[in-house]
Amino acid sequence: MSALPLVRALRRPESAAAFSPEQWNVLIAMARAERLIGTLALRIGDGAVPGGVRAVLADARLDAEREARQALWEADRAAAALAPLGLRVVLLKGTAYAAAGLKAGAGRFIGDLDILVPRDSMDAVEKHLIAAGWEWVKSDPYDDAYYRQWMHELPPLIHRDRDRMIDVHHTVLPLTARQTPDAEALIADAVPVSDGLYILSSEDRVCHAVAHMLADGDLAGGLRNLWDIYCLLGEADPAALETRAERHGLLPHVRQARRLADALYGEGRTRLTLWDRIVIARLLARDGWGRETRKGLRFAFYLRSHWLRMPPLMLARHLLTKWRKGYRPA
Amino acid sequence: MKHRVTLRIGPATFRIGSAWSGPIGELRRLYADYPAPSDGSADFTVRLEPAGLLRRWLRPSIFITGDHGLADAAPMSLAHSLLAAEMGMNLQMALGWRRHLLLHASSVEKDGRVLLMSGESGSGKSTLAAQLGERGWRLMGDEFALIDLAAGAVLPFPRLVSLKNRAIDVIAADVPAARMGPLLEGTAKGDIRHMRPRADAVARMDEGAPPALLLFPRFGHASAIRPMGQGETFMRLTQASTNYVALGEAAFAALGRFVDEVPAMAMDFPSGDEAIAMVERLWEERA
Repeated sequence: MSALPLVRALRRPESAAAFSPEQWNVLIAMARAERLIGTLALRIGDGAVPGGVRAVLADARLDAEREARQALWEADRAAAALAPLGLRVVLLKGTAYAAAGLKAGAGRFIGDLDILVPRDSMDAVEKHLIAAGWEWVKSDPYDDAYYRQWMHELPPLIHRDRDRMIDVHHTVLPLTARQTPDAEALIADAVPVSDGLYILSSEDRVCHAVAHMLADGDLAGGLRNLWDIYCLLGEADPAALETRAERHGLLPHVRQARRLADALYGEGRTRLTLWDRIVIARLLARDGWGRETRKGLRFAFYLRSHWLRMPPLMLARHLLTKWRKGYRPA
Repeated sequence: MKHRVTLRIGPATFRIGSAWSGPIGELRRLYADYPAPSDGSADFTVRLEPAGLLRRWLRPSIFITGDHGLADAAPMSLAHSLLAAEMGMNLQMALGWRRHLLLHASSVEKDGRVLLMSGESGSGKSTLAAQLGERGWRLMGDEFALIDLAAGAVLPFPRLVSLKNRAIDVIAADVPAARMGPLLEGTAKGDIRHMRPRADAVARMDEGAPPALLLFPRFGHASAIRPMGQGETFMRLTQASTNYVALGEAAFAALGRFVDEVPAMAMDFPSGDEAIAMVERLWEERA
């Protein structure tokens, strides 16, 4: 069993109409595990759905509405805290999609607030956020130093009253990654959505989502990220996207993401490479109880995520330090 | 998963999968008389998984998870698997239920009206509800009370009653063995034994009723009754609810209406018998 039923139901929601109760159970468990239940619920609507399932989907839509409301409120609070700096505060990922009412945002789970600000304003941003009630989460000095020296974001901050996390980015990939996206261009070409808040241009939104999924991380939540990309591709100009991806050093990644999105959520007309097929096998590694499957493949992608993030010697040192501190991969 | 069962408790249906046959057999026995799910579709999936690579066979221990789970949940011994299954279902309700305002409270019904009892673990609310359930009241639930968001009625959630430590002997004396689960010794909460509610409580699990009285019982103190103001009651109930924040404005409205309509009291009591007498007295004064 793989997550194929979930992918099919997102691609063609009407295909679920003939599902047996147990097929619905499988679909819902997969969608919850992949955090796509809100998206699925909106895609399926109230059509030919059995009564019990209808209630589950209605709950998911309600949760998604609340997610969006909370996320936009957090964005509003961050904008208010940073207003005196007069910067462009660029919303990223889920909050951006919700703020702009994009298809990718419909029903989407939104975790933390992610914002992008110019690198030379990071100190001031940090000070203003702390003055407005955000606090440090990580107390480990190694992690803190690691973030500040090598990462593309501040260590995560959490708001003391609202208990919501904010990630402040100055670019979209770790500084140690092989690719170096042009962060200044990302900010310069951002488009306004509301008072003092911006989102990336439509082409940059794709580049960022692709960088996040394929040039960083271990593909955890990959089906959701690929759904984002599939939706965002519909709003980007294909030629402009190629040029933009090249500028950020992400052209091969963007091309692969286009193939993957077409294979899983689109028409399925593109020719896939062997590497595409391996990535797809990893993306679909989920069973009908919502359990992770293909442990070996998952672990291989976990190792790869570190390999992508940093040069070998640095990686060895990092893993040794983490091991000594008692960290073990799940 | 290899072993599975689907259970319905009140409005919620659970699809429970397990790596071992033991917990599923226990659940089947104790939930045998519960009305069947309307169709095979479930609100929640619960999984009882081996806690590590070899933990299916070697010193078997259970990791409880499902649609909703806690990454840092402590593994449990297979000997306590019935408790693990119950905790798995509670976890889904606490984190995922959205169709009612969920209060951490026990509830019993008499004359078509509901008495709710809320309090911390160890307050005696669960034992008291179980005792009343054997003495002319209908047990609606020992753990969660579901408040209808629109109408304000209390809906039953009559899962197995979880009896702890000294309460086990008190209740088991009045209840036939067929309704009792195995004695689970040395769990994180001490000794635990599950009890199936009486047949009428199970048969009427879809039947709600309006709330009439809310008590905050506290075991182990001299008898005392203190009426509680609406403000304090409201604040206590927001803390006793697992989905108050998630439901937003709907929960605020439902809770506001609840404290408007339902008198609340703190009730200290030294013993079970004394508590039952106090409850019956309060119930008559109310009528």
